[in-house]
Amino acid sequence: MRLSVTNLAVRRSGRRIFAGLSFALGPGEALMVTGRNGAGKSTLLAVLAGRLKPDAGEVRVAEVGEASLPECLHVVGHRDGLKSALTAEENLAFARDLLGAPALAPAEALAEMGLAHALRLPVAYLSAGQRRRVALARLLVCRRPLWLLDEPTAALDTASQAVLAHLMARHRAGGGLVVAATHQGLGLADARELRIERPVPPAAGGPGDAAWDAAETVA
Amino acid sequence: MISAFRALVARDLTLAARVGGSGALSLVFFLMIVALVPFALGPDLNLLSRIGPAILWLAAVLATLIGLDRLFQADEEDGSLDLMTGAPAPLEVVVLAKVAAHWLTTGLPLALASPLFGLLVALDGTAMAATALTLLVGTPALTFVGAVGAALTASIRRGGLILAVLVLPLMIPTLIFGVSAAQSAIGGTVPFATPLTILAALSLIAAVVGTLAAAAALRWSE
Repeated sequence: MRLSVTNLAVRRSGRRIFAGLSFALGPGEALMVTGRNGAGKSTLLAVLAGRLKPDAGEVRVAEVGEASLPECLHVVGHRDGLKSALTAEENLAFARDLLGAPALAPAEALAEMGLAHALRLPVAYLSAGQRRRVALARLLVCRRPLWLLDEPTAALDTASQAVLAHLMARHRAGGGLVVAATHQGLGLADARELRIERPVPPAAGGPGDAAWDAAETVA
Repeated sequence: MISAFRALVARDLTLAARVGGSGALSLVFFLMIVALVPFALGPDLNLLSRIGPAILWLAAVLATLIGLDRLFQADEEDGSLDLMTGAPAPLEVVVLAKVAAHWLTTGLPLALASPLFGLLVALDGTAMAATALTLLVGTPALTFVGAVGAALTASIRRGGLILAVLVLPLMIPTLIFGVSAAQSAIGGTVPFATPLTILAALSLIAAVVGTLAAAAALRWSE
């Protein structure tokens, strides 16, 4: 699939988050969205996921047949969408039935994430990092071309980060797209970077903001 | 779409069985209200058996509110709702599946248990059967009306009370025809079938309008 974003602007409760954002991604390409806390990385992902209406500009997909944009993407974000009372296997099996286009079986997907032993454990018993790995295993149970990852390495150990990098590389080799908001490298080979800056100085313009802006120009 | 529907119903039933919570709680709440009435009115069996169906229906309406606030909120909080909006199945199907599962765990047990609770308000056999039947036919309407309120308050923390204020007025028609159907089985001039068919119609209308409205409310809140 191809994803193109032109001149995107988003306003949330009257405050402009970003404006004039454009990029295009083709098969196998990856985009790293960076920027300081509160710059609008998650907001951009929410717009791409169709959860937030942009103020201006447009998000277009091509080469996906009749599917709409929310139907051809996976989101792994801060809210992991896992039910604590269900086992890891049940959570993944549910996602597989709900989202369609099944790929790996839940047990295989968990084994890929190195969590084969947690198959029949309720997600409530898992640590934050293990939960994140179960959420990432969802990427593998259904085949969807676009992965939207919001801080995917949060709470992950080094070994799991390497597994994730490997999965993303394999996904891209198969023609998939990755858009990841992150502060770290993620091990994405030749990924493009989109840095979101605050477009206008904040109206309130307190000393705190001035200090931040200064720090950013120095960096 | 069918597999998504089935997966949602199965998941919500499993969750209800594992977490317990609202289904059993609303049944106990139902029992509490029905058990309190004889204490308040005194042991006048004639009076109790005359107003018994009305008490059971009132208790059922209030018990339906228990757990309704978590219907969509629980999924909204942990991100499951985002997963559902990204599914190929339309949001209406998701809502229909969730409400159906909710009714199976709250409305259905209520209707099945009502003959037993009818004993507490001195109902005879006919009245018990009639009340149970009206509850079986009428509680889907209550759940679907409630689902609209649940969808509207999904992103409001502690929205339970707002939910009650929003949906209770909308439950009045169901209450009126539910009670009048149950009363007409005991005596009176109206044949039992007339209010019962209107009650069934209310449930069917609520199923359509409630599903569409709840899905619209969920879309709008995003």
